[in-house]
Amino acid sequence: MQQTTPNEPTSSTAAASMGMGTTVEAEALQHHEEHEHGDMRLFGFTTFLISETMLFLGLFSALLTYRSVALVWPPAGTPELEKLIPAINTVILIASSLVIHQASDAIKKNNLKGVRQSFLITLLMGATFLAGQLWEYAHLSFGLKSGIFGSTFYVLTGFHGLHVFVGLLLMGTVMFRSMKPNHYTAESHFGIEATSLYWHFVDVVWIFLFLLLYVL
Amino acid sequence: MVDALQRFPEMEPPAGWRTYFSFSTDHKVIGIQYLVTTFFFYMIGGFLAMLIRAELLTPASDFVDPAVYNSLFTIHATIMIFLWIIPALAGFGNYLVPLMIGARDMAFPRLNALSFWLIPPGGVLLMSSFFWGAAGAGWTSYPPLSIQDPKLGEAIWISSVAILGTSSIMAALNFFTTILKMRTKGMDLFRMPLFVWSVLVASGITLLGTPVLTGAVILLGFDLLVGTSFFNPTGGGNPVVYQHMFWFYSHPAVYIMVLPAMGMISEILPIFARKPIFGYRAIAISSISISVLGFVVWAHHMFTSGTPEWMRMFFMITSMVIAVPTGIKVFSWVATLWGGKIRFTSAMLFALGFVSLFVIGGLSGIVLASVPVNIHVHNTYFVVAHLHYVLFGGSVFAIYSGFYCWFPKMTGRLLNEFWGKIHFFLTFVGFNLCFLPMHTLGLQGMPRRVADYDPQFTNLNVIVSLGGFLLGISTLPFIVNVIWSWSKGKEAGPNPWNALSLEWATSSPPPVENFEKLPVVYAPPYWYGSTLEEVKKAALTGGRVGKHRAGN
Repeated sequence: MQQTTPNEPTSSTAAASMGMGTTVEAEALQHHEEHEHGDMRLFGFTTFLISETMLFLGLFSALLTYRSVALVWPPAGTPELEKLIPAINTVILIASSLVIHQASDAIKKNNLKGVRQSFLITLLMGATFLAGQLWEYAHLSFGLKSGIFGSTFYVLTGFHGLHVFVGLLLMGTVMFRSMKPNHYTAESHFGIEATSLYWHFVDVVWIFLFLLLYVL
Repeated sequence: MVDALQRFPEMEPPAGWRTYFSFSTDHKVIGIQYLVTTFFFYMIGGFLAMLIRAELLTPASDFVDPAVYNSLFTIHATIMIFLWIIPALAGFGNYLVPLMIGARDMAFPRLNALSFWLIPPGGVLLMSSFFWGAAGAGWTSYPPLSIQDPKLGEAIWISSVAILGTSSIMAALNFFTTILKMRTKGMDLFRMPLFVWSVLVASGITLLGTPVLTGAVILLGFDLLVGTSFFNPTGGGNPVVYQHMFWFYSHPAVYIMVLPAMGMISEILPIFARKPIFGYRAIAISSISISVLGFVVWAHHMFTSGTPEWMRMFFMITSMVIAVPTGIKVFSWVATLWGGKIRFTSAMLFALGFVSLFVIGGLSGIVLASVPVNIHVHNTYFVVAHLHYVLFGGSVFAIYSGFYCWFPKMTGRLLNEFWGKIHFFLTFVGFNLCFLPMHTLGLQGMPRRVADYDPQFTNLNVIVSLGGFLLGISTLPFIVNVIWSWSKGKEAGPNPWNALSLEWATSSPPPVENFEKLPVVYAPPYWYGSTLEEVKKAALTGGRVGKHRAGN
């Protein structure tokens, strides 16, 4: 990262020399020397995830509203949900968050093999989660169209599942890119950080979803 | 400059019309792409409004089929909000924010180009729905009406809103990062021009609000196409949940549409009154409080939706409280004008038009926030009058004002002042003829969104329609002025208005990388009416300039 230094004497500034008024009294920051903003991608990505959180908060609020205005919840006649597989899935997803965290440590030591290893394990765990969810879908006796319970259940878990799937694609991409020499280094590894952050996000969303749909 | 061009060939201004049809990543090209594209959609939306007014010239439904009429006002509003005001302000933001904070471009230039290039397909998709029966449930698209047949038009409406929402989120993310991370040396948060403040705050609203709208329309799409029962009571759903989700975004969206407009006015008034802005910090902070309050007022759109009493009370109070930060801005603007050497340029006329019309719109907003009155005038023309005073008298006047102020920066040429003034007077007269009588119509009980009306309302409706047609005509001098001045207008030079913010510290149009050297900022942006020496001295000692305390 370059540190910029003021140079050249004052008044012949970009501002003043153009007949500028008063506020800008400026010189310094030689052209092309000032790309010192650093890497803003992680900041931008975090902002995106905050925005994404609002999508889920909106959907959660809708679910909570349905629950709070319903006379009985779940509506009469809704079959009991299978709890074992979702519980195992939850454990897998939380554990996978710990696994993917290893990658962030590994890359700081320039250990690409470690990165790939932890990404691969996380990817397999994520795939197991999706498989478990699909198995659950296949064995449920209600569908998307069988009333408000089915609608909220499938759309919320489906939305989350879609995010898990995107996470798997991201991991695959990072693993593929890590084969290229010097693509990720100890200093610059936005892809790894972002994927890992995204995965934590997906994980936290699931915890709330699990509580809302299966426990409470 | 000559020297700079030799050293850095990329320093030339973006040239050639082809640039504007390319996936350019230059924020200035993208800004102009936004402005021209959205103005095109504005003309289409305006044309639809003319058709609406043609239908309403007579009490009978005789001009178009009532179903077509429903589509007309639905698509009119959708265009004006999602394809004109929001993206047009994003266009100004794109052009001005990096220049104003002394940056070379936006934080994520390719994402920026993508945000823009989602708009034409989103808009064309929306227009295309007229060929197969456009959505006709109003821009609010309330179920159960919106999930009846015909389904295709509504599905298209949902897709284009989702596309345009995505574009808007990406643009907001970019502004947010750019403003927080890319300010040049010395550009503290409280030295930023107020327009930059307003874009920062509006971006925050977009980031937090738009995803909820996306969620709402996705659920609506599921109900429409798959047959889920989110908003369908027969399956245990609840149509009011849609209204909550919709207005959770769409009320803050009013501030997405008006805060950057207010920001532009806060730039333009000091320039043409030759005085520092009054209450710089108060205006900046009032934007933040408007954005926070804006998220807790949404149910005032739903006072007649079976909303419980305690909730109506809560939302009535919060809605009225919004008048406080808004009032702070208005009084600060008036105080800025007080004793100023006002230059009545076209930009200034539109800015003064903004202040006066926005005040009327704001006051009728307080009237509407009151539950008893609201129940009486809900879904009448009073609401139509109110929202047009805010969004046309407010936002569109500010956009016009911005065009006159920054067109010289964008093109290097001034717009013709004589025709600018003609444009202003036609717009101002047309606007008030069109929307002022609507207050009366609404109070007399004329419902909105209906193709025919009781004959007792005929006279005022004829006046409204004539005002509407005059508004249509008023755009002609502007269009001709822009086209003519773009190639033949008077050369502007870098700083035709003697303005002080950073965008005027570079050539017009600015070179590709904006500044030969990035400026370093020593003082706030509004020290008008002081000499260079006074400001230098004050900047060095951290003191005042003459009688003026520069707000900071």
